[in-house]
Amino acid sequence: MGIPKKVSGKISGAEIIIECLKREGVKHIFGYPGGVILNIFDLLYDDKDLKLILTRHEQGAVHAADAYARSTGKPGVVLVTSGPGATNTVTGIATASMDSVPLVVFTGQVPTMLIGNDAFQEADIVGITRSCTKYNILAKDVNQLARQIREAFYIAASGRPGPVLIDLPKDVTSGKAEFVWPEKIDIRSYSPTYEGSKWMIEKAAHEIAKAKKPVIIAGGGCIISEASAELKELAELTDTPVTMTLMGLGAFPGTHSLSLGMLGMHGTYYANKSVQESDLLIAIGMRFDDRVTGKIEGFAPHAKIVHIDIDPTSIRKNVRVDIPIVGDVKRVLKVLNKFLKGEVKEQWGEVRKAWLKQIAAWKNERPLTYTYSPDVIKPQYVVEKIYEITKGDAIITTEVGQNQMWAAQFYKYDKPKRLLTSGGLGTMGYGFPAAIGAQLAHPDKLVIDIAGDGSIQMNIQELATAVIYKLPVKVAILNNRYLGMVRQWQELFYQERYSHVYLETETTPDFVELAHAYGAVGLRATKPSEVEPVIREAIKIKKPVFIDFVCDWKEKVYPMVPAGATLDSMLFEEKEKKAEKKLKAVK
Amino acid sequence: MRHTISVLVENKFGVLSRVAGLFSGRGYNIESLSVGETIDPNISIMTIVTTGDDWVIEQINKQLNKLIDVIKVVDLTELHHVEREMVLIKVAPKQENKAEVLSIAEIFRGRIVDSSPNTYTIEITGDEKKIEAFVELMKPMGIKEFVRTGKVAIAREILKKK
Ligand SMILES: Cc1ncc(C[n+]2csc(CCOP(=O)(O)OP(=O)(O)O)c2C)c(N)n1
Ligand SMILES: [Mg+2]
Repeated sequence: MGIPKKVSGKISGAEIIIECLKREGVKHIFGYPGGVILNIFDLLYDDKDLKLILTRHEQGAVHAADAYARSTGKPGVVLVTSGPGATNTVTGIATASMDSVPLVVFTGQVPTMLIGNDAFQEADIVGITRSCTKYNILAKDVNQLARQIREAFYIAASGRPGPVLIDLPKDVTSGKAEFVWPEKIDIRSYSPTYEGSKWMIEKAAHEIAKAKKPVIIAGGGCIISEASAELKELAELTDTPVTMTLMGLGAFPGTHSLSLGMLGMHGTYYANKSVQESDLLIAIGMRFDDRVTGKIEGFAPHAKIVHIDIDPTSIRKNVRVDIPIVGDVKRVLKVLNKFLKGEVKEQWGEVRKAWLKQIAAWKNERPLTYTYSPDVIKPQYVVEKIYEITKGDAIITTEVGQNQMWAAQFYKYDKPKRLLTSGGLGTMGYGFPAAIGAQLAHPDKLVIDIAGDGSIQMNIQELATAVIYKLPVKVAILNNRYLGMVRQWQELFYQERYSHVYLETETTPDFVELAHAYGAVGLRATKPSEVEPVIREAIKIKKPVFIDFVCDWKEKVYPMVPAGATLDSMLFEEKEKKAEKKLKAVK
Repeated sequence: MRHTISVLVENKFGVLSRVAGLFSGRGYNIESLSVGETIDPNISIMTIVTTGDDWVIEQINKQLNKLIDVIKVVDLTELHHVEREMVLIKVAPKQENKAEVLSIAEIFRGRIVDSSPNTYTIEITGDEKKIEAFVELMKPMGIKEFVRTGKVAIAREILKKK
């Protein structure tokens, strides 16, 4: 892309928008047209540099843009019409907001004169999205538009990233103004803190040197800040084990000997155990979500907490913090590592060995596992095989539910931005459009959506998008005929009263036929022996593929910390089996 | 504990709902909120009275700061400051109490801003204690209507921490 040529004379609001997008380096827009946004769509008709991906639902457009952003680090761009087009984006925007994903969403709006009149397809989208955007505005003056768009991109991508929405009344996109591109951005009310307090960092270094049982908890912030190298250096330098939140998976190599895998509700035994026993938690770019901490009162009772995050509201929101450090994770870790290398003497040596030995014993005691069956496909087996066959090098997106947790547990992420999943909002229907967005951004990569039979039906219309744009994403449906995660809760906590969770997906839909109907490829595996060949076959096909893995419906995600319990009160598979045996014995 | 927080914001469309929405969305209390332009017409100042324990107040301060249109947040409770509120009270005293009403108003340095054969409307300004005391005294006189501005507050020039 060349340097944009100078623009002279008055141009329309729509032209201003297009010019701004190009200057921001945008190449792909995800969108859906409608009446009041046509001024912009008209310009996209013959634009050579900007490609619009027409999804089949606006929610799909936002999730695709979201994954595009997560996997590249650059803001995703969405363009939709007013009213229903705009309201259809809300779930996608809230998803991005919870997971700190930079998006710039343009929504059409009825002409300024009609706003407030309940005009046709009018919705107060700025009001509706106020609490799920980082910032949003109604653009009222075409003369301000270029500056507002520039600021939107800046706000979306800087500090703790997030979605920004610009509502565009039709008269603003047709109105004319001189194009003025602000070279500098200066928002007096917005200046994120990037450098952490040296003094606090030094204090943290001393605590780390002193600690006997330190644990690093790495969150999504490590990935956003691209701090994997610094994180690894910190861990290796100080022999500190690393556990990751769902959003943090891949920030530190999952196969590294210091990796404890994921912590929290479905975290590993050894991760949760280590956190509970720890005397120092180094929480980096994470926000102590309740799925991570379990019962807050009993969380890490012996630990001092160092908390590094760019968002001051994340610190001391849920847990007490002894050493708060507000700043960009990468920059803070650089300084921290320097302190640890230079000023602080190595005091850990022997002490850490004992801690790592203890952790190794926990790993031995209860590794992450499941019971293989030669007769019925265990969903974990599918994920394991996908991992083996792709050598951990695919981009994995997930839906939500058991499929998501198995994708987190049994696929080992050695690199950041390899797992794209809706962590904070837990949005079913995220994974498939996300796979499409990620595939577009990484045409040469293998992109696989690990899906549930329920979730995939929430944005299944995007199969058309995948086929038409020739995006060869693979969808591995762990078909358990149920809203499995909900069923699991009902089995464990609601006396097996399976209220409204049976999906009848053994017949409806027939995923293989459905794939055919869209012009994609559909494959099915019903026996464990078919799993590996079918994955290999799917990968060879240069088209979107749905693979229907007909799995054991009864399988549950373990370990599990029941909601409201402390991290060390985990349920395990075998425990439950024993309980079943006992029950039978009584009968 | 009760806190008085002063929030400097861009005087833009929608900022009030952003701030109000923050409080309602996160379940924080607002006892009162007053807004007005500053000398610079591009900037408004809000005075918010809220309650909560230290954790909640800390979050409120941080969350306010996080809003893009918020320029500055000052928790005045931690500083020496002056607080004022104005109320307008319309009382309808019995004939024999009229003189009493006027003399109480005078003691409180209230002003009669309107009167009719049966009513007086009194303007009174002060801190919370003064206003409450005045209202208590007026209650037996027969309060017909009552409006209050909500608190405004300003730090004292010598900004010594309390
Ligand atoms: C949009 C949305 N609605 C409801 C839920 C609640 N929910 C969480 S997991 C789940 C079941 C998902 O079923 P499926 O996609 O088949 O996945 P499984 O758990 O069976 O792997 C539901 C309904 C949600 N997360 N998102
Ligand atoms: Mg299912």
